[in-house]
Amino acid sequence: MVNVRLRLAGMRQALEAEVEPNSGTVAFGGRTYRVDELEWDAPIAGAMYGVALNDLEEWAALSKEMTAPPYEKPPEGPVLYMKPANTINAHRRAVLLPPGVKQLQAAPALGLVIGRTAARVRREQALDYVFGYTIVNDLSIPHKQRYRPAVKEQARDGFAPIGPWIVPKEEAAPLSSLTARVYVNGRLVQRADPSRFRLPVEQWLAEVSEFMTLDPGDVLFFSWPADAPLVAAGDVVRIEIEGIGVLENKIAPEQGGDE
Amino acid sequence: MMKRARVAWNGTVTEAEPLDDGRLRLPDGTIVGELEVMWLPPVEPCTIVALGLNYADHAGELSFAAPKEPLLFFKGKNTLIGHRGRTVRPDGVNMMHYECELAVVIGRPARRVKAEQAYDYILGYTIANDYAVRDYLENYYRPNFRVKNRDRATPLGPWIVSHEEVGDPMALRLRTYVNGTVVQEGYTGDMIFSIPYLLEYITEFMTLAPGDVILTGTPKGAVNVQPGDEVVAEIERIGRLTNSIV
Repeated sequence: MVNVRLRLAGMRQALEAEVEPNSGTVAFGGRTYRVDELEWDAPIAGAMYGVALNDLEEWAALSKEMTAPPYEKPPEGPVLYMKPANTINAHRRAVLLPPGVKQLQAAPALGLVIGRTAARVRREQALDYVFGYTIVNDLSIPHKQRYRPAVKEQARDGFAPIGPWIVPKEEAAPLSSLTARVYVNGRLVQRADPSRFRLPVEQWLAEVSEFMTLDPGDVLFFSWPADAPLVAAGDVVRIEIEGIGVLENKIAPEQGGDE
Repeated sequence: MMKRARVAWNGTVTEAEPLDDGRLRLPDGTIVGELEVMWLPPVEPCTIVALGLNYADHAGELSFAAPKEPLLFFKGKNTLIGHRGRTVRPDGVNMMHYECELAVVIGRPARRVKAEQAYDYILGYTIANDYAVRDYLENYYRPNFRVKNRDRATPLGPWIVSHEEVGDPMALRLRTYVNGTVVQEGYTGDMIFSIPYLLEYITEFMTLAPGDVILTGTPKGAVNVQPGDEVVAEIERIGRLTNSIV
């Protein structure tokens, strides 16, 4: 059993619960529920920032491109993007496919939920500012260019399912062992772990908080996009991070029926 | 609402109505002086959408062709400070410049808004000074966060003026002063993408919430600023937003 922080639809306050990540049971208030009999809300309400170009496989694939125009050279500082409030989505809620778009990239990501106001933190102390871990499905319309912010591709309503809950870091396995598996319609399509991160998350927390303060409830997330699946209407995407939980969302057309 | 500020006074945060004589009226009728309060950003947006290169003259100044589609980027709430705040110029940088911008404040949930109806969704306008530290520019998701998303580097205020009071937001003079000298002048009618166009474009793919803010870009005239400088961003029919560089 793992003690987690979660939010349910229709309730203003977060709950503490005991969950069994493998069997999918949730216990709070003296009762035990199955995950799929509850209506979930996103466990956070803060800002969500993604650290781009942190996946070593993606970095290797782009290494040549990064030395040519318009990039000229690989980035030196952090390359960040934001998933604003409208993108936040919850466990088991549909992700709507925009009209005219056939496929989305569904990149699994590890979310670090900030627990204490983090400004100018040192790498050695960085994890002291993290409350816990969660799962993010970093959806985007597939795009190649990285020269300009990919706002239209990344920031659409509902494009950042997160949850189902936050596992406090004391409750979680060591960060290096948090392996992600992605299933599309039940089939395993991707497996990745933090050894693929170009820099450790502690380093990113230090570099990011050097110029921007992160507040409690904000999320800094780290995705593995290199071999992330493309998904279409009707697909069910299930992202599992070992010891954290399972985040599942169905892709649905934006208009015209439920399939 | 004609004009509305948000201030800290007497140990609390409150709305305030700026009066013509410079003083402020609090909701309970108390009148306070403008130097008795701490000016806060007049809204607390969930989402801040900013525009790059939305004036042809500024795009030219930075050697860019005018974009065919709006160049959008997001900013976090860590960036905002109020009127009369202080913004840090990082040690050792060569180029940090102000950007006087008309800021649009959303008044109603806005999704798939047509340009013809755009003004129905706008509560009002305020002034932003969207500082950029150009030394940190890199060619990935440009303008990257280290340039544009720095703590307390986006003064916003001093207040919101309602859409009705402003009238046509596409016919306003913008002016920036550094230590009293005019350094930047522009006209909102010169935006490449107008406010109604932008609202339609943005809300086609994302929902904006009441209190969200669109920063509509800056005209030509970006000049380096130094610690000790006083920078005033002024927009006709709205007001003057003062900031100090430290």
